Amino acid sequence: MNIKKIHTGKLFLITSLIVLILGLLLGVFASLNYILPGNLKETLGFISLRPMHVSSVMFWIILGATGCVYSGLEIIAKKKISNILSLIQWGLWIVAIIGILYSYITKKFGGREYWEFNPLWALPIAIAWLLFLINFFRSVKTITQWPVYVWMWMTGIVFFLFTFIENYLWMIPYFREHFISDTTIQWKVNGSLVGSWNQILYGTAFFLMERISGNTNIGRSKLIFSMYFLGLFNLMFNWGHHIYTLPTEAYIRYIGYGVTMTEWIIFVRIIYTWKQSVTDIQKHYHYFPYRFLLAADIWVFLNIGQALLMSIPAINMYTHGTHVTVAHAMGTTIGINSMILFAACFEFLSGKCESFNFDIKRLNRVFWFSQVSLFIFWFSLNIAGIKKAVWQMSLHQVPFSKMMEGLHFWFILFAIAGFCLMATLTSVALTLVKAYLGCMINTRRQKRTFFQETSLIN
Amino acid sequence: MKIKPIHIFSLLCILFLVYSFNIYLIPLHSKMQEGFDSKIASEGRLVWQKYNCQSCHQLYGLGGYLGPDLTNIYSAPGKGEVVIKALVKSGTTQMPSFSLTAKEESSLLQFLKSTDASGQADPRNFVVKSNGMVESK
Repeated sequence: MNIKKIHTGKLFLITSLIVLILGLLLGVFASLNYILPGNLKETLGFISLRPMHVSSVMFWIILGATGCVYSGLEIIAKKKISNILSLIQWGLWIVAIIGILYSYITKKFGGREYWEFNPLWALPIAIAWLLFLINFFRSVKTITQWPVYVWMWMTGIVFFLFTFIENYLWMIPYFREHFISDTTIQWKVNGSLVGSWNQILYGTAFFLMERISGNTNIGRSKLIFSMYFLGLFNLMFNWGHHIYTLPTEAYIRYIGYGVTMTEWIIFVRIIYTWKQSVTDIQKHYHYFPYRFLLAADIWVFLNIGQALLMSIPAINMYTHGTHVTVAHAMGTTIGINSMILFAACFEFLSGKCESFNFDIKRLNRVFWFSQVSLFIFWFSLNIAGIKKAVWQMSLHQVPFSKMMEGLHFWFILFAIAGFCLMATLTSVALTLVKAYLGCMINTRRQKRTFFQETSLIN
Repeated sequence: MKIKPIHIFSLLCILFLVYSFNIYLIPLHSKMQEGFDSKIASEGRLVWQKYNCQSCHQLYGLGGYLGPDLTNIYSAPGKGEVVIKALVKSGTTQMPSFSLTAKEESSLLQFLKSTDASGQADPRNFVVKSNGMVESK
């Protein structure tokens, strides 16, 4: 096999789709604990299923983001990425994923929330990311006057590495022995890590918009650059809105509050440009990357609106620690990140093969079904969260278990909608994987026939 | 001089690094909690992580949503050390039972005790100030 001919961007995208399918299945199993308390508790249980689900979907986003950057660079950079480096990076990720899942199944925890696995498995991830960073800079140094999406990719890659290392500061007793600062840093990490992969994915969304519309000004407009810097400013300083109730230094909370409020500018801009984006999208109505980008656009509107309200301390006091936060997290990871990634997969994986002639009617049905399921999923979590918020502020609280029983209906709705989401998103992911593999097999077969025919002639 | 993206990026990065290191230095100039062995409490946090308690429970709103927030469990009426020990040992309908060693159990209890003493997580104990910020009563 010729290593140079491997499309590592596509390899990362296909791997991310497979990891997504696994993550969705695990999510359905984990959600059963909300309607069947104690499900599998003495075997896998929620204690393993939750991190298995969360890590898998996080890896879908991170591997997918990596695939998007590599695929994008193959198109715009004069100097191609090093396939040796990217294949080692991919191999390290596979080792890490297997190790992490093994760590969860055998209940060998030890890490912090969202990264609960044995910290040993963070090492291959860190090395893989370092290789990604080297490969990225080797390739982009040939691009003059970076468009905004290259800036966003660079920001995401650099900040992910910085924050990922920061994520393990707790291993040093100096940090761990001071509970409040340790928790402050943990929230800082959580906020900035999400901001990092958002930079890569939003950058990809701009790249796709430019490519689909053919308007190369998108990536160089001053307005888009100012939005990028506003996003970066928020990535760096807005995480303080997570810790209004934590007795840490007051200035951290005030900075978080003040910086988050600048996001209203982004929100107002979304509303202002809404009409234009809808018109553009209608022009390309049957074009899948565009459809998924439109979906992401709508979910950005809903989720930024929700995030802004949740960041106001007086409202945050109610919603903090409730399922409203879960609704926001799920809304962004599925509604925004996953929709952008699906758009990117359709754009980057598609080729001239017959296997990419999708059944548009079927895919359209699946698309709409997934959007409706996601809305019900998001809505039921929000209602459960609001009910919990009322409970935690009431003077005469019933016990926690009683309150949870009162949310049973909303949890059933959440689990059903979750199952439908799993079914629809898995169907989209499988369609893409099958089409890509079908194309690869066809190309190989054609090559073989060609060589056989030429050898016969000779 | 024309301002280029690299200038704004570099300025923001410098501000970010200053802000980050300022946060890393907090333990140096803030008081340690009195009456607690911070070393044992920090070992208790490792026990919390080892058994993945954060999967279902929160501390100051950080953690899972299946079980209650445990920030102030140590001093909550009808709870405290004895109840915590019993729950860890026997589990509940939702929670599995755990076999902690005596050392792990005492570190975990010390961790929960010091967390409890660090502040209040119950939102009912907060008031909204005129500038919109919330503050513990």
